[in-house]
Amino acid sequence: MKIGVLVNEGPYTHEASDSAYNFVKAAIEKGHEIYRVFFYHDGVNNSTRLTEPPRDDRNIVTRWSELAKAHNLDMVVCIAAAQRRGIMDENEAKRQGKDANNIAEGFRISGLGQLVEAGIQCDRLVTFGD
Amino acid sequence: MSDEMDMEEGGVIKKFMFVNRKAPYGTIYALEGLEVVLISAAFEQDVSMAFIDDGVYELKKGQDTKELGQKNFSPTYRALEGYDIEKLYVERESMEARGLTEDDLLVDVIVMDRAELAAKLDEQDVLISF
Repeated sequence: MKIGVLVNEGPYTHEASDSAYNFVKAAIEKGHEIYRVFFYHDGVNNSTRLTEPPRDDRNIVTRWSELAKAHNLDMVVCIAAAQRRGIMDENEAKRQGKDANNIAEGFRISGLGQLVEAGIQCDRLVTFGD
Repeated sequence: MSDEMDMEEGGVIKKFMFVNRKAPYGTIYALEGLEVVLISAAFEQDVSMAFIDDGVYELKKGQDTKELGQKNFSPTYRALEGYDIEKLYVERESMEARGLTEDDLLVDVIVMDRAELAAKLDEQDVLISF
């Protein structure tokens, strides 16, 4: 099955990102195709590489980056939601005149059309969040 | 699901429903949700919206956000018609529980009871809930 995933909550405060991660991993193991993981609302906060949790806790951001690398996942962060919350890639930082960027490896910033398109292309769009 | 899809001009038309469950200003879900709805209009899908629980407050007439220091985005609901998004379903039980009637709402809606709306949700290909 071709599956799209929507993550609507940020890391640590809410379990949504953990559940989405576990779901994506399990789906891949079962042979399903993950078409895209889309991060929206506070979900965009899952993509900052400046995240540094205590050593005995999981690093949610790094975990996503590693999963993306291992399985060639398309992880998309909504540009409008990202701008509101200070998530920048190099291009966006330059365009907005910011002195830094913070997006982690494996994530890309793009528009909401990517979410709608995932809904059209996938057999299932699965939402994680409230 | 695929047997329910229509092919038109080579594209797939799916039934997208955006389910709005939250009051408009306490959290960002309603505002950012509306952004997805507007984008979806560009994809020529069969788009509808449902308003349940506190989501019915999103459509209340006379919203004044001056004291909140937030933008009053309620006029956007009136613009949906221009995007060919005209199927706005409101759950009767949610409306009545909040002392509202159709006259309190700023757009024309289709009021349905819970069971009818549940059947409507069941018809959809893609449900995105905010």
